[in-house]
Amino acid sequence: MIAEFGHFALICALCVCLVQVGAGLAGANSVSAGLMRVADMSARAQFGLVLIAFGALTYSFVVSDFSLAVVHANSHIAKPLVYKIAGVWGNHEGSMLLWVLILALYGAAFSWGERAMPSSLHARILGVQGLMGIAFLVFLVVTSNPFARLDAAPFEGRGLTPILQDPALAAHPPLLYAGYVGFSITFSFAIAALLDGKIDRQWARWMRPWTLLAWVFLTLGIALGSYWAYYELGWGGFWFWDPVENASLMPWLAGTALLHSALVAERRGTLINWTLLLAIVTFALSLAGTFLVRSGVLTSVHAFANDPARGLFILAILALFTGGGLALFGWRAPATPADKFQPVSREALLVANNIFLATATVTVFVGTIYPLALDALGGPKISVGAPYFNAVFAPLTIPFLIMLPLGPLLAWRNDRLSPLVARLAPAALAAALITLGLALTRSGTPLLALVLLGGAFWLIGGALTDMGQRLRRLQNLTQTPLLSAPVAHAGLGVMIIGIITATAWRQELVVAATPGDALRVGEQSLRFDGVRERAGPNYTSEQGRLVYLDGAHEGKALLPERRFYEAERSQTTEAAITTDLTGHLYAVIGEPVDDKRVVRIWYHPFVAFIWIGAILMALGGALGLAGRVVGRRSHAATGTGA
Amino acid sequence: MSPKNARAAMIFAGLGFLALAASLALTALEDNIVFFRAPSELAEKPVAAGIALRVGGLVSEGSVARDGLNVSFQITDLAHQVDVRFTGMLPDLFREGQGVVAEGRFDASGIFIADTVLAKHDETYMPPEVAEALKASGRWQPDATHPGSDYGDMGAAAK
Repeated sequence: MIAEFGHFALICALCVCLVQVGAGLAGANSVSAGLMRVADMSARAQFGLVLIAFGALTYSFVVSDFSLAVVHANSHIAKPLVYKIAGVWGNHEGSMLLWVLILALYGAAFSWGERAMPSSLHARILGVQGLMGIAFLVFLVVTSNPFARLDAAPFEGRGLTPILQDPALAAHPPLLYAGYVGFSITFSFAIAALLDGKIDRQWARWMRPWTLLAWVFLTLGIALGSYWAYYELGWGGFWFWDPVENASLMPWLAGTALLHSALVAERRGTLINWTLLLAIVTFALSLAGTFLVRSGVLTSVHAFANDPARGLFILAILALFTGGGLALFGWRAPATPADKFQPVSREALLVANNIFLATATVTVFVGTIYPLALDALGGPKISVGAPYFNAVFAPLTIPFLIMLPLGPLLAWRNDRLSPLVARLAPAALAAALITLGLALTRSGTPLLALVLLGGAFWLIGGALTDMGQRLRRLQNLTQTPLLSAPVAHAGLGVMIIGIITATAWRQELVVAATPGDALRVGEQSLRFDGVRERAGPNYTSEQGRLVYLDGAHEGKALLPERRFYEAERSQTTEAAITTDLTGHLYAVIGEPVDDKRVVRIWYHPFVAFIWIGAILMALGGALGLAGRVVGRRSHAATGTGA
Repeated sequence: MSPKNARAAMIFAGLGFLALAASLALTALEDNIVFFRAPSELAEKPVAAGIALRVGGLVSEGSVARDGLNVSFQITDLAHQVDVRFTGMLPDLFREGQGVVAEGRFDASGIFIADTVLAKHDETYMPPEVAEALKASGRWQPDATHPGSDYGDMGAAAK
């Protein structure tokens, strides 16, 4: 009964969405306050209805209602409650419902939060947002109904894939979707502005906080996914250039470019067309990511669906919104005066930033799509892996890193290089000295790794210089948002240090070990004590024991496991990881070979810096966002208006 | 520089950068494409030693032999076989009869030296390439496995 109620709520949401589109677009055209008010109310009602549907599905998972097909296929009575709830989005139908929920949430949040702009732009944005709501609600109801019943209710479910039964992975899809789908609002901003015909600095100023919000979530979502893959898959890596990972990286790169071009549009009134285009492309890449991940064209942990109709449907939505958006852009893009820049100015450096990020997006796109396109066209089956992406990314990153610290320290319009050189000299000198020191003490580090490390130090040095300047301007705590850019830039530097050190200085050992054997990885000695059987709540496991023989953790044990999940008939590897800031020791056990056991141990120096860097970047974004909210309040208070 | 010239210079700089990036990407792509081959395709048209390749199929029953970390086994599409050697830790669900994909190179004696072996965490799953290889060799049994119907990640073991 509850499930039918949820299904009914979804259909109601679809009807409300139709009203939202009609009222929003027609209301804006006829400047009818009443109709525009209806668009606002529909956006909120749509969110309420989808929330009811989502609640109904969650309830069905919690009470293990196996008469629902998705619950039967993805849950099990013996599963812990938190994973019953996470199981709601651990499958195709539920995850698409989450997608729609977040889409509706953004629409409602926009309706509530964004009151300062002209009501016609506001209503058009809601109208365009409603169009996407229609597309995805139809998709959900027609091809992926999460409330489909089974004829005879089974007594037990098939369970959730064990590697998905993990706290980080419970949070990963909501965060990632909050990022992906957040770019729907910036897409709506672009389309509404093109329909409206009035695109100016103020438009960019209104759009930018929404870009920041989506970007912060996407950054955290990708970082969490990477961390999960690192500790849960047991392969010792943090990024595999898997098409699914690339699917989330592409909108991130484009979104980062959008963030910076919108800054130029807002401050200088130029790059408007480019910003519009980026807003459309970023969301198109988010949709493409959804298509890649949800259509089943990829073999991966995310490929829930293998129904070609679903893939075609998402492809149609993708083609409709991307094609429609780009066509509208071609038809209505404003004839702006030529964008003029002085070569030494902040906006020129931001253009350089955009060229880099756009190029990076294209290279990821090529490497991800080419094998799929070749296969679809009946060509040979190929794969493009990490070597391609490393070969392309590393050389691209170097000029980017060299230029990045200059941007925030240059003034808008026109500046001179000589004072900048003096200000950045300490950062450059420090970066050069540290890199030289590493080159001398860490022989065997590849040259490219050293150059990239040097670039990362230079970036952090530049960010600290920038931060110092801004701190001097800081009068009270409400101005901390000034630190947004340097914090985010320093975060990128920290992340690059983590990526390079954990790759270039990694130590590794694979052995067939007998209990009592002493093993040595890098500087660390460990004793292998053998393997024992253990029972968990919904699995049985073999647990290995490795004891530290020296160093700071002497006497402590690492307990890597191999778990067997009876309900799912599936096996997983649980790595044991000692997490120090200076490096992780990462151990997994394999199968028995005669009386021995395969043991694999890695040492990843400074690998935690990758995720700390990502958190800093998100923090920088959040600071910028807070600045907007505080700024808007104080504007309102002093009566100057936004 | 007049604004017009400055703009032209900017456009040329941008295009130059894009061209550089494109050539970089294409060169890298050319060097790093790895082809997938089924055992029957290899029987028909062998691939020279030293070329990076992915070979997929089922692990032949009774073919797995271990010596410490060294494992040798056969990959079959039930029409032809490829001898494979691997050193290191195999993925969780590597076993006889299971669908796997091996990445590596042939050596001079025609043995495939794998540096990565991919299998699945789920017993009923088969990599789509393997399913297609079996279909191509006419040995596909639709009831035995569901190609790509179940989710779950490819478990990998790299040397």
